Amino acid sequence: MLNTLFSGDFPRSRWLTGLLLLIAVALLLAPFLFPGSRPLDTAAKVCIFIVLVASYDLLLGYTGVVSFAHTVFFGMGAYGAAIALAKVGPGWGALLTGGALGVLSAMVLALLIALFSLRVRAIFFAMVTLAVASAFAILVSQLFHITGGEDGLSYSLPRELTPAFRLVQDKVFDVRIDGRLLTYYLVLTACAGLFLGLLRLVNSPFGRVLQAIRENEFRAEALGYRTVLYRTLASCIAAGVAALAGVMMAVWARYTGPETTLSMDIMVNILLMVVIGGMGTLYGAVVGATLFVLAQNYLQTLMAGLSSAVSGVPVLPNLFAPDRWLLWLGVLFILSVYFFPTGLVGRLRGTGSGR
Amino acid sequence: MSDRLTHGTPLRPPLLSLSGVHTHIGQYHILQGVDLDIPEGQLTMLLGRNGAGKTTTMRTIMGLWQPSRGEIRFDGAGLAGLPTPEIARRGIAYVPENMGIFGALTVQENMHLAARSGPMDSARLDWLFEVFPALKKFWKSPAGSLSGGQKQMLAIARAVIEPSRLLLIDEPTKGLAPAIVSALTGAILQLKSFGATILMVEQNFAMARAVGDTVAVMDDGRIVHRGLMADLAADKALQERLLGLSMDMHQ
Amino acid sequence: MSGSFESLLARLRGGDGARRSGLLLIVALMLLALAGVGSLPTWITLTLAGLAMGMMVFIMASGLTLVFGLMDVLNFGHGAFISLGAFVGVSVMAALGPWMESASLAVNLAAVLAGAIIGMVVTGLFGYVFERLVVMPVYGNHLKQILITMGGLIVVEQLIYVVWGPDAIPIPRPETLKGALTFGDVVLEKYRLLAVAVGLVIFATMTAVLTRTKIGLLVRAGVENSEMVESLGYPVTRLFIAVFIAGSALAGLGGVMWGLYEEVITAHMGMSVMVMVFIVVIIGGLGSVEGCFLGALLVGLMNNYVAYLAPKMALGSSILLMVVILMWRPEGLLPVAKGR
Repeated sequence: MLNTLFSGDFPRSRWLTGLLLLIAVALLLAPFLFPGSRPLDTAAKVCIFIVLVASYDLLLGYTGVVSFAHTVFFGMGAYGAAIALAKVGPGWGALLTGGALGVLSAMVLALLIALFSLRVRAIFFAMVTLAVASAFAILVSQLFHITGGEDGLSYSLPRELTPAFRLVQDKVFDVRIDGRLLTYYLVLTACAGLFLGLLRLVNSPFGRVLQAIRENEFRAEALGYRTVLYRTLASCIAAGVAALAGVMMAVWARYTGPETTLSMDIMVNILLMVVIGGMGTLYGAVVGATLFVLAQNYLQTLMAGLSSAVSGVPVLPNLFAPDRWLLWLGVLFILSVYFFPTGLVGRLRGTGSGR
Repeated sequence: MSDRLTHGTPLRPPLLSLSGVHTHIGQYHILQGVDLDIPEGQLTMLLGRNGAGKTTTMRTIMGLWQPSRGEIRFDGAGLAGLPTPEIARRGIAYVPENMGIFGALTVQENMHLAARSGPMDSARLDWLFEVFPALKKFWKSPAGSLSGGQKQMLAIARAVIEPSRLLLIDEPTKGLAPAIVSALTGAILQLKSFGATILMVEQNFAMARAVGDTVAVMDDGRIVHRGLMADLAADKALQERLLGLSMDMHQ
Repeated sequence: MSGSFESLLARLRGGDGARRSGLLLIVALMLLALAGVGSLPTWITLTLAGLAMGMMVFIMASGLTLVFGLMDVLNFGHGAFISLGAFVGVSVMAALGPWMESASLAVNLAAVLAGAIIGMVVTGLFGYVFERLVVMPVYGNHLKQILITMGGLIVVEQLIYVVWGPDAIPIPRPETLKGALTFGDVVLEKYRLLAVAVGLVIFATMTAVLTRTKIGLLVRAGVENSEMVESLGYPVTRLFIAVFIAGSALAGLGGVMWGLYEEVITAHMGMSVMVMVFIVVIIGGLGSVEGCFLGALLVGLMNNYVAYLAPKMALGSSILLMVVILMWRPEGLLPVAKGR
């Protein structure tokens, strides 16, 4: 049963298993363990980013392709749902149709980029995707009558997902079973499903071929695999999953804007999460996303303390200012790429220095 | 492999000697213990079928691949681990299989860069113009516009404009017309007459026979035969056994 | 304007088809825009704006393309040098406040020159450190290069925040470079004239160095076949460091000029300009300085014409241009024939 669920790909390390179990339990019981809206918000973002980062890892870790357009797909899913909810109204039909259209267009765009990149050198790919991403962000801010421009869109959700909705009247373990809680579990279930689906995918024959291509493209080609087909399929799937994560983001946040879905910062965050967690293993996405989102929310508090502790010294307070948390993650990122190319998961599995 | 008998008795130690050299490229183990001596003042032919490791041997000597094991001694000093420019500066010139011409630069600029230690020696240049008249004719043209044979001539001229102790030439006749091959053969014979030490990879047996003094045959990353070129040329059975059909006997 | 850069290009040897078609493309774009804009004075103003933008992007992109050509290194952190150069240059110019406000062109130019030179020196030195610390350990591994240099970019951006604070800094242009010269209906912004002049001087100097000095020949030879350059006895790594430093310094210069052009600087500006820089080096063909120059002019002109005709399409048009050019020439306009 477990074997089927995890597709035979177990964490293979006692520490990693423990850490993953801890994360899973914490996410599963988050509303009961950490009451309040901020912890629940953090938990939901962890779920969504795990899926987003895992889908990016399918590209980066399993095929060795660096793309900067992943936020575009994420944004397409989010905006698909958001625009439908904002323009049509808060119904399930609008949410599902808009979300589906967003996912579909993300996959089509991924296909177009993949087809285009066939024509050009692989080394151009990263640069081309960067250009596409910034063009898309500009397009979204310019089509403001549809997308809300820089301000983004706020909208209501179907009634069952609103805080006013009560599934049961009584509190359970002192927690109100409202639409918000329902939304959280909806997001959690969908994310778990998507993650296990990706796990299944990378452990299928398809995933093995992707890894073979990453290790040695010529050899894979010589063995008769049509590497182009596999890469294209992988990027379309990655785009689709990223867009689904976007839909969930739109549902959870009840707001969609360029800052939260399309900005370069989000792309950089995804890179940080993948690399720090560990490239080429989906469990890395779980560890990386969890640590990163926690750091984003709580490291700043810690740094504020540090900063005021060194307030007498020149420069140092600035270095530890809460807004500079990205500086330290950036340093951690560089060190990770050098010293732990397999990330935290690789470390925990005891294969730190990697390939 | 009683090669000592046929090898002649060099008065001096070999200029270059490889002993037990192994080279890995990625996960592939290409050279698997190469032992090779290059006597000074002679032209050593390196023969063998495709994939035997001839080019890898050349590149390993030049430091373009690092040997994973073994020793390479040149003029008494170890070469393994030195960077390529340092190996070049110790007096080894290299003509790679693809000739390594800088196509965007003119013939003159190609030669200018090759003359590392200063202005080109005019006597040498005159001699080169004499053996390779095309170089003079296209002196100011982009090297990329030369024909294949002219590029090969430029590659060789570039390797000899700066004085060196050892010349490595990888398959100079590859893809060239017979007339150009004979011009090249003449030029290499002249270089020999000046006392140059040369290690040359060649598939064209006629050329190999015409210019080679000693010969080493490679197979599967090892040297499987060493001897005099003349002996191999005279022994059809040995040729058949060592080289099979890989040599081009028709030219 | 087209005459002057054509003559510069003509000084490079051997006018082959690719080079000519690149120039033809520029001329065609200019004529097409003239037809679209309809008014000659407006067109002249836009063309100057496009050339100025193109020159600045060229200055920033030239180092990147050579760094790639020589050592196969793709430096996503290049944008950090642009931002850093701008901040250092602007700080110098701010310190020379009275010079900037002087009514004398010479004094103004001296202030800008001081800012530019100090900006270049600092980014050049910084480039050296960046190369040794960040780039060198990942030679030959594109995936790690992209990741590491991206990480370097983040760190440098954040360090700029630490030193200069998180807010955008406004930087007014020097007194005599404000405003425009007018000839009848033709309006020529003074600063853009300066940008074009500086761009031409840099391009001419670079061309001269690359075609007439031994170092330049070695760089061009190395871009084509670095192994052969090493086999001739020249250490390419040292050459590469020199090019990296020069490229970083030029990025710094570009940053100073871009800052004065936008009249405001932010730590993030380098990254935003990088999108255009990447488009330019891809269009030109990675490794080719001439291609980079042609690509930069194309993108600069395209941007300004489209911004006038259909303001929302400006960046989109550059990407479209890139896609079309790559469909036509997958390696870019003037790719370097790799000898490896």
